[in-house]
Amino acid sequence: MIRRIAVVGASLAGVAAARALRQQSYDGSIIAIGAERHAPYDRPPLSKAFLTGACTEADLALADPDEALDVEWRLGTAAVRLDARNRSITLADGAEIPVDAVILATGARARRLPGTETVSGVHTLRTLDDAVALRRDLAAAERLVVIGAGFLGAEVASSARSLGLDVTVVEALPTPLAAPLGVEMGSVCAGLHADHGVRLLTGTGVARLVGSERVEAVELADGTRLPADVVVVGIGAQPNVEWLADSGLEIHGGVVTDAACATNLPAVVATGDCAASFSPYAGGIVRTEHWTHAHEQPATAVTTLLAGAAHPRRAHIAAPYFWSDQYGVRVQFAGHRADGDTVRLVEGDPAQRSFLAVYERDGRPVAVLGMNQAKLFTRWRRQLRAPDPVPVHTP
Amino acid sequence: MMQPVCPLSAIPRGESFRWATDPPVAIFHTEDGQLFAVDDTCTHQDASLADGWLEGCEVECPLHASRFDLRTGQVDAPPAKKPVRTHRVEVTDGMVRVALSDEAPNLPPGPATLSHEARRA
Repeated sequence: MIRRIAVVGASLAGVAAARALRQQSYDGSIIAIGAERHAPYDRPPLSKAFLTGACTEADLALADPDEALDVEWRLGTAAVRLDARNRSITLADGAEIPVDAVILATGARARRLPGTETVSGVHTLRTLDDAVALRRDLAAAERLVVIGAGFLGAEVASSARSLGLDVTVVEALPTPLAAPLGVEMGSVCAGLHADHGVRLLTGTGVARLVGSERVEAVELADGTRLPADVVVVGIGAQPNVEWLADSGLEIHGGVVTDAACATNLPAVVATGDCAASFSPYAGGIVRTEHWTHAHEQPATAVTTLLAGAAHPRRAHIAAPYFWSDQYGVRVQFAGHRADGDTVRLVEGDPAQRSFLAVYERDGRPVAVLGMNQAKLFTRWRRQLRAPDPVPVHTP
Repeated sequence: MMQPVCPLSAIPRGESFRWATDPPVAIFHTEDGQLFAVDDTCTHQDASLADGWLEGCEVECPLHASRFDLRTGQVDAPPAKKPVRTHRVEVTDGMVRVALSDEAPNLPPGPATLSHEARRA
């Protein structure tokens, strides 16, 4: 009988898990453990409306005050150990929390450039504290260099440009976003920078940051020196799973789960950015960092947890989806692209920054990309279906 | 006061129409022939509900999949927390007319990040 459930991680996936527990009629205790001291908040606006000052901290709140989730929040202290055999979780402050079951939703953290942790003016952007610090630094700055032209880097560049900064984006790969979007569409998205007066330098790695106490410039591998008052490092995220090293859980680029969020331990499920789950779309185990995934997948984790080991599990089968708002343009993508897929333009014109493109494999649509085409995009997104049959794939 | 918006023939069943008043209003014509008018902007973040997915008397936001009951404006599925404002709508002489609610709208935080021109381009 499960009467005490710990949700480890108090961000989007953790809140969604607590909500799903109550929706699925669980009436026992929920203890939600969060490393950050803030009440759960939404991260996507941190690189956009929050950075430009268009929204406030209060606007970011994830939980609805009218919602009776009846959760015991343990915020500001990270979980440091999971003892699955004795069913207990140890927190950084030494507290031991006995539990019947565990939902792992510890998310991911920003990857840093080694050796830059103590240099002021160098930022990553993942948490509310990060965003507050970056916003303060940008207000006094003229020149920003963004390292990494992924979606986060592009959104920060866009926000900083709208604040009037001189912005340069540096990307080590020849084409930004080639992994999620492919080379052709990656370069279309990268074109947004030039449209708005932001320099994009591709195919060049960063050699070092110049400046002792405060950053002064970014030096590239080819010797180019880019003067900078502020540097933002947007080179991806890594899952917060080190604390589980001796837990007995299978960890491989995240907590390994089947398509229904079950781990190799009973009464422990994992969801959101920290989970490496079997994906029927990808045909393998992938860790997904998208907002919608962290919003939706926890319901599957909860179903699996409450049903117990005896029941057949139901896979989470929604098509992967993400969006990005940059330079007043809305980019949306759904599905799973692979090398070799062909891209077909269905509507509009990439040069006009308004189009819909469909990725096809063996004549079947597998992914869709829209730029300022929300209505048409939604129709195509709904047509994308997982390959049949959907295997759950127990690890 | 009822204001003329567009001919009913401009909104086939299962379709929507975005009326560019301030704030903009979305008018939905359901598969079974009912008409509903609600504020077009999702109460969660800046997205046009007229671009969303209409199913029965419910619309799903095209950005984060919040769902709203078009009859009441109530949230049927998060992340939205606040209801969307509803407006009275009727058809006379083949013309869709809307009486704007005098309640305060529940608009998302911050100014619109996407220009209407960009979104409708």
